[in-house]
Amino acid sequence: MTASASEKPGPTPLLAVEGITKRFGDLVANDAVDFDILAGEIHALLGENGAGKSTLVKMLFGSLMPDGGRIVWNGEQVSIANPSAARHLGIGMVFQHFSLFDSLTVAENIALSLEDDVPLSTVADEARRLGEVYGLTLNPEALAGDLSVGERQRVEIIRCLLQEPSLIILDEPTSVLTPQEAERLFETLDKLKAEGKSILYISHKLDEVKRLCDRATVLRHGKVVAHCDPRAETAKSLAAMMVGEEVQAVRRTHDAPADGEAGRDVVLGVRNLDQPPLGPFSTPLRAIHMNVHAGEVFGIAGVAGNGQSELFEALSGEQLQDNPNAVTIGGAPAGRLGPNGRRRLGAAFAPEERFGHAAVATMPLTENILLSRHASDASAYQSGGRLGMLRRSALGRTLARVVDAMDVRKSGENPDAGTLSGGNLQKLILGREFDRRPRLFIVNQPTWGVDAGAAARIRQALMDAATAGAGALVISQDLDELLEMCDRISVIHNGEMSEPLDARTVTREQLGLLMGGAEPEKHHGVAA
Amino acid sequence: MSPDVIQAILLTVVTAATPLLIAAMGELVVERSGVLNLGVEGMMIIGAVTGFGAAQITGSPWAGVLAAIICGALFSLPFAVLTLSLATNQVATGLSLTLLGLGVAGMIGEQFVGLPGVRLEAVNVPFLVDIPLIGRLLFGQDPIFYLSIGLAVGVWWFIFRTRAGLTLRAVGDSHGSAHALGINVLRVRYLAVMFGGACAGLAGAHLSLVYIPQWVENMTAGRGWIALALVVFASWLPLRVVIGAYLFGAVTIAQFHAQAQGVAIPSQLLSALPYLATIVVLVLISSNRRMTMRNTPASLGKPFVPDR
Repeated sequence: MTASASEKPGPTPLLAVEGITKRFGDLVANDAVDFDILAGEIHALLGENGAGKSTLVKMLFGSLMPDGGRIVWNGEQVSIANPSAARHLGIGMVFQHFSLFDSLTVAENIALSLEDDVPLSTVADEARRLGEVYGLTLNPEALAGDLSVGERQRVEIIRCLLQEPSLIILDEPTSVLTPQEAERLFETLDKLKAEGKSILYISHKLDEVKRLCDRATVLRHGKVVAHCDPRAETAKSLAAMMVGEEVQAVRRTHDAPADGEAGRDVVLGVRNLDQPPLGPFSTPLRAIHMNVHAGEVFGIAGVAGNGQSELFEALSGEQLQDNPNAVTIGGAPAGRLGPNGRRRLGAAFAPEERFGHAAVATMPLTENILLSRHASDASAYQSGGRLGMLRRSALGRTLARVVDAMDVRKSGENPDAGTLSGGNLQKLILGREFDRRPRLFIVNQPTWGVDAGAAARIRQALMDAATAGAGALVISQDLDELLEMCDRISVIHNGEMSEPLDARTVTREQLGLLMGGAEPEKHHGVAA
Repeated sequence: MSPDVIQAILLTVVTAATPLLIAAMGELVVERSGVLNLGVEGMMIIGAVTGFGAAQITGSPWAGVLAAIICGALFSLPFAVLTLSLATNQVATGLSLTLLGLGVAGMIGEQFVGLPGVRLEAVNVPFLVDIPLIGRLLFGQDPIFYLSIGLAVGVWWFIFRTRAGLTLRAVGDSHGSAHALGINVLRVRYLAVMFGGACAGLAGAHLSLVYIPQWVENMTAGRGWIALALVVFASWLPLRVVIGAYLFGAVTIAQFHAQAQGVAIPSQLLSALPYLATIVVLVLISSNRRMTMRNTPASLGKPFVPDR
């Protein structure tokens, strides 16, 4: 950890941020943040979810106005009132949740970000030319809604480059890419850096930051905790700065045999599950086949938008199958059963979207617990037979158990779900299912957007459940998470699932190739 | 049937379709910006009454047309302020706008009841108007008809061929992304809503200055709702709105004639026929779901609150 760059004499930084503060009500999202970026530098902004990285970046791009502090661009104090002002200065931005318009073509999307009224054909030509220079191939006539996540990011980058910025801000650019796609992105960034452009790289992935960045600024709870040279640090020391404490490594409490077959009960069986696309931007499922055994954690890796949500909905019963035997739970046919029927067979589900799918923001926690358990635990929570009167005391006791078991931090006795942070809400959503002691867990992106402490707790709880004899199916985009937890991993690509691989022997490269759509046999040809 | 009779029937079809076409074109622009304004009926009747009144007072039908356009746009402003600046529910606010419009128009119009109106006379191009079958259809109609054709072409060109139209579509597709790009979402939507109001006002003026040149309470008779439905069933595409409007007009006139001829079909069923036929045809031509999805404004009806 070295002192802030502002103390040492040197060239005028391209961008200097001095004492920037932003408040949302009582929450101080950015508290007197200082850092600077030199020309031709890749600077990392490191921090956990909720550390204030996105808020800071939005202020640099003019989407938010700071409450205090100043921004100095090329030695002159500037006020960035809106994104257009940022672009005029030479600041370009590639968003985390890509800001493309699904119903417009690539060329139209790009044209929208240009100040002048340039004919679409010119935009398309220019985009093609830049794409060739930086190795970002794309088709300007394609509809944005049809593109893969990697392609969408390419559009964003080209859109940004067309404005010839001197500073490019990338917000968590690799969170949705395969390792190979990420490597291609890094090559593009190296090329841009060689041209003298500066890059502000926002991430919480430490190995990327070490691979790519010259300097790093670490944020925690809205404050700068360190300026450092990431290459001189270890991943562990960077993580400690980010989290402020040592993150508990997940203990592996069980080891299922890799083939899983011998003598173990199949808790989830999927046979020839086919499903046509449900909408124009939805992925079909093609002949999905798998067995999840008792005591096993089975992982499904894949880049977002390859059929994960569709698979989850088919398994949870939100989408019914024609063939009752396409999905079996504990050996019983469940293909024609809805979510409650499948829950009664001992299954538990935790979908990806916390609000709108798993929980209701404006309902108190007890009612959110009841939402997923009103049918499977009807006798525990309802009395009066058909009247279905709620047993509030029983719900309160369940909430206390869940809060205690999963360390859910909340304000007040029984607050609305909307007041919980993402990590705590996710712990509650999973905790209400663990509390039932089901024999099958199906979870989609269990730790997406969750801080490291809560993520470790969730993973540990899933593994403990498997040790206790349940089967778990974990759909995730986070390879590290899957490699840490799973016994077997399968990859979903374009609605098709690969053969399961033994998680103890599989490599990230193998999984990356499958995520990109390569057949296992073709490894050697494509890897180069 | 002689060519003159056919032409006369076609003329009534066009006259029945024109107010629908104009109001629907305006609402199409509003909805393309992501705003659902259910107040079309209200804005239309305000246009009808103010158009009639201004023509009556000044004696000039053109003053009526102008007044209707301006008052329609002004009348859409409370809706815009509530739903855009104050982010109220668009459905509820739009419904209130319709109720308010019907009430206010009835109040203003009380003094006009029974007065003979000022008719906006047809344009008659010498000689050309005498061409059999199509002469009056093409060269002898009221000016608002020609305006409506210009409006349809103009809206199509604006939406699909101009930068501003691209911005409009972008705002309707994802207001969050548009805001991130630095587009002033609320400004675009204010302008779109006021354009919709102006069009509804003009459609109302057509009713009270051309269709039936007098003031009758509730004279819009649900045309605003039909215009709204046309926009949705036409998948937000201008050409399909034109098809839908003329089809509706044609079936309306056809069923009148059928009723007059005493066709042995219950009259209630015949009266329902224009609605059924229009919906069936527009649903059939929208069977391409991809095309429909592409043109459906994804943020339709969602309020936009910038986070700053």
